[in-house]
Amino acid sequence: MSKRPLTFEQLEHRLEEYLDPVLSTRRTAEAPAQALSIFSRGQQDFVLHWISVIVRTNSEMGYQFASQAPDALRLMDLHGVEKWIIQFMDVYDKQGLYPGCANVQAVEQFAADLHLREFVLNFEDVVSVLEHYVHGLAGRALKLQPNEIVYTDTEHLYLPRRLRLFRTRQKNFGLYKAMASHLWAQTWFGTFRVPEGLVSLVNVCGSYADPERATRLFHALETARLNACIERGLPGLYREMMALQSEQAEIRYATNWTDAVHRLQAPDATVRDTIRALQHLYADEGHLPPPFCFQGRLMLESAEAAIRARQDREKHAFHENLRLMDHKLEANAAGPARASIPPRLQATWPPSQDGLHDPQIEWTLDGRPVTPPEEIRALSRSILQDFGEIPDEYLVAAGDGAYQLVPGSDQPAPSVWERAYHEEGAWLYNEWDFRRQHYRKDWCVLREIELHPSEERYVDEVLSRYRGLISGLRRTFEALRGEDRILKKQIHGDDIDLDAVVEAYADMHVGLEMSERLFTKHRNLERDMAVIFMVDMSGSTKGWINDAEREALVLLCEALEILGDRYAIYGFSGMTRKRCELYRIKRFDEHYADPVKRRIAAIRPQDYTRMGVIIRHLSGLLADVEARTKLLITLSDGKPDDYDGYRGEYGIEDTRQALIEAKHQGIFPFCITIDTEAHDYLPRMYGAVNYVLIDEVRKLPLKVSDIYRHLTT
Amino acid sequence: MDPQAFKTAEHFVKEQPYYEPQGAEIALFEAAYANQIPVLLKGPTGCGKTRFMEHMAWRLRRPLITVSCHDDLTASDLVGRYLIIGGETRWVDGPLAHAVRIGGVCYLDEIVEARKDTTVVIHPLADDRRVLPMEKTGELLQAPPEFCLGISYNPGYQSVLKDLKQSTRQRFVAIEFDYPPPELERTIVTNESSLHQDVAEKLVKYARMTRNLKGSGLDEGASTRLLVHAAKLIVAGIDPGIACRGAVSEALSDDPEMLSAMNELSASLF
Repeated sequence: MSKRPLTFEQLEHRLEEYLDPVLSTRRTAEAPAQALSIFSRGQQDFVLHWISVIVRTNSEMGYQFASQAPDALRLMDLHGVEKWIIQFMDVYDKQGLYPGCANVQAVEQFAADLHLREFVLNFEDVVSVLEHYVHGLAGRALKLQPNEIVYTDTEHLYLPRRLRLFRTRQKNFGLYKAMASHLWAQTWFGTFRVPEGLVSLVNVCGSYADPERATRLFHALETARLNACIERGLPGLYREMMALQSEQAEIRYATNWTDAVHRLQAPDATVRDTIRALQHLYADEGHLPPPFCFQGRLMLESAEAAIRARQDREKHAFHENLRLMDHKLEANAAGPARASIPPRLQATWPPSQDGLHDPQIEWTLDGRPVTPPEEIRALSRSILQDFGEIPDEYLVAAGDGAYQLVPGSDQPAPSVWERAYHEEGAWLYNEWDFRRQHYRKDWCVLREIELHPSEERYVDEVLSRYRGLISGLRRTFEALRGEDRILKKQIHGDDIDLDAVVEAYADMHVGLEMSERLFTKHRNLERDMAVIFMVDMSGSTKGWINDAEREALVLLCEALEILGDRYAIYGFSGMTRKRCELYRIKRFDEHYADPVKRRIAAIRPQDYTRMGVIIRHLSGLLADVEARTKLLITLSDGKPDDYDGYRGEYGIEDTRQALIEAKHQGIFPFCITIDTEAHDYLPRMYGAVNYVLIDEVRKLPLKVSDIYRHLTT
Repeated sequence: MDPQAFKTAEHFVKEQPYYEPQGAEIALFEAAYANQIPVLLKGPTGCGKTRFMEHMAWRLRRPLITVSCHDDLTASDLVGRYLIIGGETRWVDGPLAHAVRIGGVCYLDEIVEARKDTTVVIHPLADDRRVLPMEKTGELLQAPPEFCLGISYNPGYQSVLKDLKQSTRQRFVAIEFDYPPPELERTIVTNESSLHQDVAEKLVKYARMTRNLKGSGLDEGASTRLLVHAAKLIVAGIDPGIACRGAVSEALSDDPEMLSAMNELSASLF
C-alpha cells in the first residue's frame, strides 16, 4: 500500500529543519518544496533521506541537492539519481565546495552520460591489459598514450581517451585492441621502412600535387597490406577486426583498386609495392575507400623523426658495444695480434615465414661464429625492425677513439664546482673510468646528511589508505617468518625425532657411535639477513614517482618489521663528484619509530644520480654488519646521471664496477626500476636476473614488498 | 621385504625417450661422459632438461636414477643409512651411492633446492677423484668409469638463497638449455601430442608471445612442457582458446590484467 505524497507545507517544514543553517529571508525552502510536492511519496522520501545524509557533511551541498533533485528525478530513475549523488559527493570530498556545487548543477549532463556509462570505455580501463598485449605480440616494447589523434610514432601508440562507437563495452574494447594491433602492425610489418633508393616517405607523398591526399591514399593501401599480414599471422584477430568493421560499414575496393590490393595481399608484398600502387592510383580521380574504423591516422613526419632519432642512438650504441666485444675477444685470444683492419661482424638470418617471430640471427666476426652480448642482440632486433636488415655501416666496429662521446659531456665544467663543499670530514671514493680501465683516485666526495624530518603525518595517511593491503601483507610476511617447520636431527629440541632414533639405534647396533642429534625442534627462524634500500632522490623522481617511492617504503617497513630482517634506508642524490650526498633515513641500529617515519615523509627530489660512489659507500656499511645474507636494493627511475659527464656509458660502467666490488664483498645487489628502457642497460649493470622493471609507477608500492618476499625466500 | 630399495633392472630406460637436439648437446654430453666429467644442465623450467637426461641414459645404455631435490634433502638421504630389519641392522644405499655402485647415471634435479651441505657430498665425486666417501660404513666408494653425475639448475630464479656456489659449479661441464627455435618446437609439440602441424605452429607462436612478456609482468614465459599440455587438451577435443587459457595463461600468472592480455593474445591467433 503506497502512502500519500507529502504536501507542500509538510515538505517545506522538513526542508527548513534540515537546511536551516543555509537559509535566509532571501533564500527559502519554498521553491524546492513546491517542486518536490508533485512527486510520489517514495521519491520524496528518497530525496529527504539523502538531504539528511548530505547536510551532515555540508549544508550548502544539501541545499544545492534539494534544488536540483526535482530535475534529477525527472531525468533519471532512483538508481541513477543515487549514482549522481555519490559522484558529486565524491567530487566535494576531493575537490571542495565549489566544484562540488558545479557538479550538482550539472545534473543534466550527468543524466545524458549515464546511459553511455554502460558501454563507454576509458583509456585508463584498458591501458594495462593492452600494453601487455602489445608487448606480447612482438618487437620493441611500445608505450601506450591517450591522445586525440590515433597514430603511432614507432615508439608510442596513441589511442583515444575514451571509446563509445559501439553499444557494448566488449566491442569498444575490441576496437581498442584493433586500433592497437593495427598501429603495432605498422611498426612491425614495416610501414615506415623506406625502400632503397628513396629518402623518406614524407618526400614520397610530398612529391605529389596534393600531399595530404597522397598520404591518405598511401595509408589506405598500406592498411590493405597490413590487414593481409594480420590475416596470415593472427587469423583470430583478423576475424575480430573485420567483424567490428562490418558493423560500421562494409569496405569494398573500387574495381580499379582490385589489382593493386591483390598484389599488396601477397605474402612478399612490402611498402615498396604500396608506393608503386600509390603512383598508379593517384592519377585516378576515383574515390578513396572509406577508412577502417581502427586505422587512425598516418603521421609520417613524427614516425620518421622518431626513427631518425633512434637510428642515431642505436648506431652509436651498436658501434660502442661492438668495440667492447672486440676488445674482449682480442684479450681472450692468445694468438698473435690481428691486423689493424677493423673487425667486421656479419649477421645472417633465415627469412621468417609469417614475420611474427624475431628472427634467429647467426653472427660471425671475421668469419668466426660468435655469440654477441645481449646488448648487441637487443639492438639488432630493434634495428631489424626499423630497416628489415642490419645495414652494413652498423657492422664495422670503430677503431679506438673513432667515436667521440657527445662533445663537452666529458669535460667537467669548472663552474659547477663552485657550490661544492670543502672536502673536510667527508668520505673520498674512487671512480672507475672505463676508457682508461683504471680508477680515478679519491675522485668523489661523499657526505652523509641527516634528512630533516617532516612534520606531516604522512605515514599514518599511507597506512590508512592501504589498510586492506597491509593486513594482507602482514599475513604473507608472518607466514614467511613463522614458516612453521620442524627441524629434524637437532641436538636439543622439544620432541624426539623417531627417524633419527631408529637410525642411531641401527648405527649403535653395528658398533658405530650413536649420534646425539635425536630431537626435533620447531623452527625459530633466524633469517639472518641485512638489507639496505638505496632510494633514488634525483630530480627526475619529482611528482608521482616520489610519492610512489615513499609509499613503497612505508609498506616495505611494515613488512620488514614483521619479518625482523635488519634493514637500513638511505636516499641519494647530489651534483658533481664534489657533492655526492647520502641522506640517512633509517640506520641499521635505529628503530622504525616516529623520527624514521617523518624522515620517510621528508624524502624529496633533489639533483642528480651518481650511483657508483653511493654503492661503494653503502657496500662499506653492509660489510660492517654481521649477517649471512646481505642485500643492497636500489629503487630507481633511470640511468646513472650527473652533471659533470657522469652519464651514458661512463656512468653505467662505473656503476657496474661498483656493483662488482659489492659482489666481491658478498653483497647481493638488486635493482627495482620503473625506467622502461631499463632492459637496455640494467642487465649489464646488475646481471640479467638481478633487476625487476615495474612498468607502472602506481604499482610500485604494491610490488616492492612482493619482490622483496620473492627475493629472500 | 627387500630393503634394497633400488633394483638396477628397473632403472634402465627401455624405450627411446623422444628428444630433439637443439644443438651440439648430445655430442657434448657424450664427450664429457667419455672423459668422466660431470654435467650441469642449466635452463628455464620445462625446456627439456630431464627428458634430455633420460634420452642420454638410453643412448648410453646406463640405468638412470633421478633425485628431485627438496629443501629437506640431506647428505644421508643421498648416501644411505642403516636400517633395522628383524633385529638386525642392514646398510641401505641411498640413490647416489647406488648409482655409483652400479655405474649408472645419477641425475640430481633442481640441485639448489637441496640443503647446502648436500652439495658438498658430491664435490669429491665431481672432480677427478671420483669417490663417494660413506662416513657411516667407513667406505670410500670409487666410481666406475660408467658412472655419470648430472645436476640441473634454473638460473632464472631471483632468490639470493638459491644460487649455485662457484666451488660446485666449477666442477661441471655446463650445457645450456633454452626453449627450442620455433620450427623445432613445433615438431616437438606435434610429436608429443599428435596435434596437427598448423595448430601446433599457432601454439608455438603463442608461447613466443608470452616469452616476450617475461620481465614486464611475467616471471617466466610458457615452457615447451606447457605447450605440450595445451596440445594434448586440444587433441582431446577442447577448444584451443580454452586449452591455452587452462594449460598456459592460468598456469603462468594470477594477475587479472596479465591474464586478460594473454587471453587476448591467444584469441588473436586462433
